[in-house]
Amino acid sequence: MSRVLVIDYGFCNLDSVCRAVQECGGDPLLTDDPGQAGSAERMILPGVGNFAEAMKVIRRRGWDRAIRREVLENGIPLLGICLGMQLLADRGTEGGDSEGLGLVPGRVIRLPKVRPDLRIPHVGWNEVAQTRSSPLFEGVPDRKDFYFVHAYHFEVAEPSDVLGVTTHGPDFASIVGRGRVVGTQFHPEKSLRYGLALLRNFLSAF
Amino acid sequence: MLKVRIIPTLLYKDHGLVKGIGFDSWRRVGTALPAIKVYAARQVDELIFVDIAATRENRAVDFEEIDQLADECFMPLTVGGGVRAVEDVRRLLRAGADKIAINTAAVENPELIRGAAALAGSQCVVVSIDVKRHPDGRGEVWTHAGSRPAGREAVAWAREVEARGAGEILLTSIDRDGSMGGYDLDLIRDVAGAVSIPVIASGGAGNYEHMRAAVQEGGASAVAAASIFHFTQQTPLEAKAYLRQQGIPVRL
Repeated sequence: MSRVLVIDYGFCNLDSVCRAVQECGGDPLLTDDPGQAGSAERMILPGVGNFAEAMKVIRRRGWDRAIRREVLENGIPLLGICLGMQLLADRGTEGGDSEGLGLVPGRVIRLPKVRPDLRIPHVGWNEVAQTRSSPLFEGVPDRKDFYFVHAYHFEVAEPSDVLGVTTHGPDFASIVGRGRVVGTQFHPEKSLRYGLALLRNFLSAF
Repeated sequence: MLKVRIIPTLLYKDHGLVKGIGFDSWRRVGTALPAIKVYAARQVDELIFVDIAATRENRAVDFEEIDQLADECFMPLTVGGGVRAVEDVRRLLRAGADKIAINTAAVENPELIRGAAALAGSQCVVVSIDVKRHPDGRGEVWTHAGSRPAGREAVAWAREVEARGAGEILLTSIDRDGSMGGYDLDLIRDVAGAVSIPVIASGGAGNYEHMRAAVQEGGASAVAAASIFHFTQQTPLEAKAYLRQQGIPVRL
């Protein structure tokens, strides 16, 4: 069973992530201690909330160094979910301009309200168009719906890092991947059958 | 394309699920865990769970109960009832809720909306607005599970909660609740037209056509319903098939 470290850096629905990992056959270890970072085969960075606030906590506790070390030196696969995906970026603008983890080049900006009837935050089920092949998509048909709830999006610098896109107003990157670092703007743990399939793939791929 | 959500509402009181008419005449309709398991098996879009007695009994939601229920939810779960402080929001998120619905406490202490949004992000904060119409048609906000007038007009309050950081509005017509006679379309249209955040229509669904109207005529982003799923043979899945026929994007 794959040991999965679920990073606890504050307040978000961590229970759901752990439950979903279990449901997918993984062994979740929820911890707020970066000292534990070396003890798992995979890591998940969940998150809801505010980019700048989240990075403050992550830096204060030393998670930024621990995550970068495990990913870049030890090749540990990392999945960022929702805000956790956005934190992979170089920079974010929510709550003031701040530095991210710098694992996937790009920056995080607010979803543009390009039409008066476009509702922001983007809340609900929306399709993910798979733009590149990835082991994450094993058993997940193209253009399935996943559950989103966010007001900011990841503007990815290198098109090759985008694995899936979703449309809400303009298209935005809803799945990013760079080596063993992946991120989903949606919540796989809350996206029923295909969300769990994707999570299961993360636990077995790479 | 973003889908229109169909959201079963589960109301909790005295350790069981209930459904009333006009926020009164509560009937027991079962227990929470089996209901949630059934909805999970049917892959519903989302669930709303509200402890309707919590505020009146001046207590918090039963966090352990939520923890158990959330373990069965691989879909989004909004929890409301008795949320008074940012600490309640934190505990509910910890217990497995994805979004928190705030009603009475938001009216009594509007700063709570901003506090909750600062803690967890706007997307987690659903402000629940219960509305009763005066004979002249004015929609007034009511609190304490529909038992006290708040002296606030519905549309103005909706604008204010958006400005204070709410991520979604759960808009319930007390007059239509449990009537199965259709949503208050004017109310939905007025509120959805006044804000940019998603509005969930609630109160009055009796058939799939009512849901279509709430979306196409009212501008709702989602429709919540309880009686129709408790007391009739109609199901969320059939509702979606109907809405799709009518040209509304749904997740099937």
